[in-house]
Amino acid sequence: MARRPEHQAPPEIFYNEEEARKYTQNSRIIEIQGQMTERCIELLLLPEDSPCLLLDIGCGSGLSGTVLEENGHMWIGMDISRAMLDVAVERETEGDLVLADMGEGVPFRAGCFDGAVSVSAIQWLFNADKKSHNPIKRLNKFFTTLFAALSRSARAVFQFYPENETQLELLTAQAMKAGFYGGVVIDYPNSAKAKKFFLVLMTGGSAPLPQALGTEETDNGLQVKYAKREATRGARGKPLKNSRTWIMEKKERRRKQGKDTKPDTKYTGRKRSGRF
Amino acid sequence: MKLITHNMLTSKCLKGVVTGYPLAINATYVKVTEVGFDPEFIGRVIPKLDWEVLWVAADSIGHSEGLPKTLEPKFEENEEFLKKAHRVLLEVEVEEGHLTCPESGRQFPISKGIPNMLLNEAEVQ
Ligand SMILES: C[S@@+](CC[C@H](N)C(=O)[O-])C[C@H]1O[C@@H](n2cnc3c(N)ncnc32)[C@H](O)[C@@H]1O
Repeated sequence: MARRPEHQAPPEIFYNEEEARKYTQNSRIIEIQGQMTERCIELLLLPEDSPCLLLDIGCGSGLSGTVLEENGHMWIGMDISRAMLDVAVERETEGDLVLADMGEGVPFRAGCFDGAVSVSAIQWLFNADKKSHNPIKRLNKFFTTLFAALSRSARAVFQFYPENETQLELLTAQAMKAGFYGGVVIDYPNSAKAKKFFLVLMTGGSAPLPQALGTEETDNGLQVKYAKREATRGARGKPLKNSRTWIMEKKERRRKQGKDTKPDTKYTGRKRSGRF
Repeated sequence: MKLITHNMLTSKCLKGVVTGYPLAINATYVKVTEVGFDPEFIGRVIPKLDWEVLWVAADSIGHSEGLPKTLEPKFEENEEFLKKAHRVLLEVEVEEGHLTCPESGRQFPISKGIPNMLLNEAEVQ
């Protein structure tokens, strides 16, 4: 495996102009970041059909933000790399951008955001890139100020690449200390390739952690281990997104809310042929 | 920097600063870009804003025209008002200038639309 980027240079140096461009043009990266952002949104459990204001932490060049937009949300992104943010400006993302170091704290006023996402960024907080950097202090500053910036009942979901178990424990412990509930959800824990870590943090009191994907016949010991509040009631019973059942249920809800809704036909939820 | 961001942004991460809000805007270049109008989003986000801060910010960069100084009841049903709020919150952008912390006087430069909130080591809490 390639050397971890965090071991090579501080983030604002690693993500220089050249890397920012390479990163943002790579179709494989675009696809993966997109998929992981979709999963983060799913784990955020936002109010159905409502456009929300989200914070994207370590937003980079806006690959994650683009997916937030596609889901109808407005976002404000913060990142430590000027070069990454410059590429986001070039790409004309709809989100607004702030150059800031999450380890110095989240510079927003109390209760602003309906939720926060962070895709492939918080593992950087374990770096001590300057003499004055103390990772635990920076994690603590980050989580306490993030907690304050979220509206009550809002969640924060982080996809990240932990280096070892100690990091997992440290992250969870610091988040709980800041007042969050929640823990780590591990999707596809038995697949070397598809395995993904999501730190799911809740502000509004204890609630079950969402079910990890790809754990049907396997034990999710790890997941439970890091969940501070008991978990397991899952997304079971909820139909697959964009399936016919899902669409019909959504339409039914809209009708009940008195919203304008197209009638159901035999074409509802069918795959379209060709391009529209 | 859009004014929705300005309405939420603080300098409270500075050592010795308590609220760091609102940041004063000094703009040398402001642009207006069209953004798709979503009345539901605007209606939902307004209760979270400090409206007075928004009005003063808009006024300080010459974009308060037609914007009421105080929120009227049932604003979410007034489409014309929501459109004005949309414009000021999402379409008006400070491209160049700086923000000033109300407590410490520290300035944060804005260049190419991005405010630089990075601190130096001595300023971190
Ligand atoms: C792999 S990129 C992910 C970017 C974007 N979220 C995406 O999905 O494409 C990681 C980003 O985290 C940012 N980052 C690293 N450390 C940071 C810090 N301390 N504060 C803010 N951003 C940071 C980097 O600059 C980089 O843009």
